[in-house]
This record gives sequence, C-alpha cells and structure tokens, in this order.
Amino acid sequence: MINIFEVNETNNMVEHENLDVRTITIGISLLSCIDSDLKKLNQNIYECITGVAKDLARVAKEIEAEYGIPIVNKRISVTPIALIGGAACKTSEDFATIADTMDRAAEAVGADLIGGYSALVSKGMTKADELLIRSIPIALCRTKRVCSSVNLASTKTGINMDAVRLMGEILLEVAERSKDRDSVDCMKLVVFCNAPDDNPFMAGAFHGVTEADAVINVGVSGPGVVKTALEKVRGENFEVLCETIKRTAFKVTRVGQLVAQEASRRLGIPFGIIDLSLAPTPAIGDSVADILREIGLEYAGAPGTTAALAMLNDQVKKGGVMASSYVGGLSGAFIPVSEDQGMIDSVKAGAITLEKLEAMTCVCSVGLDMIAIPGDTKATTISGMIADEMALGMVNQKTTAARLIPVIGKGVGDTVEFGGLFGYAPIMPVNRYSCDEFINRTGRIPAPIHSFKN
Amino acid sequence: MENTADKTIITVVGKDTVGIIAKVCTYLSENGINVLDISQTIVSGYFNMMMIVDMNRAAKSFVECQKDLDAIGEQIGVSIKCQRAEIFEKMHRI
Repeated sequence: MINIFEVNETNNMVEHENLDVRTITIGISLLSCIDSDLKKLNQNIYECITGVAKDLARVAKEIEAEYGIPIVNKRISVTPIALIGGAACKTSEDFATIADTMDRAAEAVGADLIGGYSALVSKGMTKADELLIRSIPIALCRTKRVCSSVNLASTKTGINMDAVRLMGEILLEVAERSKDRDSVDCMKLVVFCNAPDDNPFMAGAFHGVTEADAVINVGVSGPGVVKTALEKVRGENFEVLCETIKRTAFKVTRVGQLVAQEASRRLGIPFGIIDLSLAPTPAIGDSVADILREIGLEYAGAPGTTAALAMLNDQVKKGGVMASSYVGGLSGAFIPVSEDQGMIDSVKAGAITLEKLEAMTCVCSVGLDMIAIPGDTKATTISGMIADEMALGMVNQKTTAARLIPVIGKGVGDTVEFGGLFGYAPIMPVNRYSCDEFINRTGRIPAPIHSFKN
Repeated sequence: MENTADKTIITVVGKDTVGIIAKVCTYLSENGINVLDISQTIVSGYFNMMMIVDMNRAAKSFVECQKDLDAIGEQIGVSIKCQRAEIFEKMHRI
C-alpha cells in the first residue's frame, strides 16, 4: 500500500522539481485526405485534424486535474505534407495554403503546436518535396503554430547534399523574413538525419507513413527531478550515481506511461510510444546542464562533459525502458542552448563552444538545438554545419538534428529573446573559414559501409 | 486494500490547527466518500496528513470534490490535494 512518504515524494517532484509531462502529441495520418483539388484537400485536412483531435485539450485538462500532474503542451503531428500535397500543389504558394489550414485546425482544437510541414528527402527530392521546402519561409512566417522539419540523411541512404545546400539557403530566408522579431521563426524549423516516425517533440514531430490512422505519443520531462536526486549522492561512486539516475528515470517515465494510457483510453486512440527525453526549460531547476554540473563539472562544456552526458543518457534509457512497454521517439537527453538556463550560463562563461556541442550530440539526442548564430553567417557555412551533424547521425546510426537560428542584424556578444518556454540565447561564434567548394558540389554522400547489413 | 489503483489520495499539508481532520472528514462523510486509511504526522509545527478514500459512491464528481476541498483548505489555511492513487502506485511500484 502507498505510504505518506511516497505520496510526498511524488508531490514534491511536481511542486518543487518541475516534474511534468512535457507533451501529449496526437499523430494523425492525412493520407486519406489526398485530393488533386487544392480546395478540397484543404477542407479534408481541416476536417480530419479537428475531428480526430477535438477532445485533446479537454482530456489533457482532466488528466492534469485528476492526477495532479501538469501537462505542459498539447500537440498534433501529421503525415509529412510533401506527400499529402503532391497531387494538388503546383506552386510553393499552394503548399503554404496547407500550412494555413494546419494552423487554423490546431487553433480550433486548442493545440499549442502542429508538426508535419515536412519532407523526407534523405536520398532524393521529388518535385513536390522541393516545392514544399521552398515554401517553408512563406509558411512559417505567416502561421503561428506550424512546425516544419526536413529529413536530409539516413544511415541507409547517405546524405542528400543537394537538399543540405538548399536548406542552408532556406534557413537564411526564414531568418530574413522574421528579422524584425530576432529571426524567431527559425525555431519552428529543424533538419534531421534518421528522423523517427513517432517523435512527440517539436519542431521535429511528424506522423510517419509507417504509423496507423491516429496514435498518442507522450514526451516526459524531469531534469529537475534527476538533479535533486543526485544532490543526495554527492561524492559517491559511479555505481551509486548510475543507480540513482536509473531509479529516478523510472519514476518519471512511469508518470508518462500512466498519462499516455489514460489519454489513449479517454480519447479512444491507440497508445504509441513514450519518449524518454530529459527535456529542459529555461525555468530555474529544470536544466540538463545543471545535472552535468551536479555530476561534477564546473560548467557544461568542461573536459569530461561528453563522458558525463553519455553516462547520463544511457542511465535515463535504462531506467526508462523498464517503466514503459513502448519507448520511441528521440529518447535521450536534450541539450538545447536557449531552453536551458545552465547551458546559457555555460555559453556566457565561455565554457562551451559549438564544436563541443557537436561532440556532445554524438552521445545523446538530438543535435545542435536552439543555437543562435550571427545573422551574417553564409548559407554555405550553415549547410556545412548541417552536413557535419548529418554525418554524425549517419555514421553512428542515431538520430541527429540541427535547429540553428541565424539572427539577422545581430552578432557575437548580442543576446536574443525567444520568449516563454523557448528562453533566450547569447549568439555563439561560428568558424569563419569557408566550405563553399565542398557544399557547392552536387549529388549525395553515399551510405556508410556498415549500413549494408543484409 | 491490496490494490489502491482505483482509490483516491487526499493530502493535507499546512500549519497545524484545531479541527483540520474534523473539517475534512465531515465534508467526506456528507458527500458519501468512504475513508479507508489515514496516516498523519506533525513535522516542526506543520500538519501532514494522507488519506486513502473510496470515491466510487461520492455524491459529486471528482472535479467538484476537488474544488470543494480546495475551498475548505483555504478556509482553514492548509493545502488540500485530491489525486487518483494510480499515479503513486505506478511511480513507486514495479
């Protein structure tokens, strides 16, 4: 039977250590909406999304109240729009009308964000893929809730360098269009290697074609809970440290599992996966960098950071896997810069560089995330940074991503405010040497030798 | 009582004063809520109580009871939480 200490421990996690369910995300297949008439297509999409997700906000609120666990975001992910709009969209503007529809539908059902304005181009781009990618700047600047992602590479297919080159230009265009708001729309755009089909986290969520009509995916959080647990084992050996992380990850994930099952039951939509990610927010005491400091680093970025992060990530998975029957999505520690106060402190102290962040992405999910860079960074340089991140994912058979924010009109030493959960970020210096000739080669980088497993 | 999964946990935390348990229990009995277990401690003047209750035959909905208990808590200067027991079961039991 439950005792008073266990009840207090759980409630303390919520009240003082920022334990929450970061997101309930409904994945919705739009394949049945496809039509060659654009107007009809948009109408189908609106009806499909608002039909399936109509009770999302209400159910999330009920679960929140009955279990006493905050549910921070209610989100929707849909089938990559490049596949859905291909038959109807002849121009980039045609595609952008679908983004408008997604935005309206998300607002109608009270969803915070909607992901899936996406294209999967890891080997090649269809005409529709290219039109969608070129429409991203238009779509993101005139919608509020739509998030976009592009899968540029995979271990099985290699890296589509034509798409990598294009995305460097597109990212700068998104930045330029929102330059009066510190290029903030770049936050809603992410590029991937090995993108998962069931990721509940934004901006990279989309509902993969391998998925059923609708599915509930849940992302948990809890860096603050892990940090507090580790405060009690200062100076202990690695065995004790690892055991403590595992136990804590188990508890956090169990809450996610319970919420996912309840949401699934009440909405009548099958449960997909729990994403085990440690997702930080700018709130004090909700930081992954602070866990690294608690493990024994003066700042995240100090020598030893990659090893500490690798250990943390692995223990979170080992504890989490035990707590849920289905684990998927990104599942690892997130290391965004702007969304993590400890990480911001590291940048300000000069303790962490882009190169160190890149090394850290080899051992955790997901990638170079929420990093503000100077607005005068060249498109080819951005593509070079993306290509590096894609190569890490491709060779290490893991998901990697890049969400960079070139802030037009600002440079190193300036700070940008993104607001709310997205925090703020000091602009980080980028290596100034050119990679023009590398990026301007056409074609793709072949799949690595160890992908041939058949 | 082995399985508390379909039960509700009420926690009361705040400065100790006369009649906290009486107030809460009066409300519960008036609304058909059966108390299965109570444990209570006082730590440096702070009152800390947990009750396991059965709300299956409650006169009001879960959310209404939550609101009422919230109001009672405010009256006597304590915080009263009402949560489904499953969340604690799941977190602390394999």
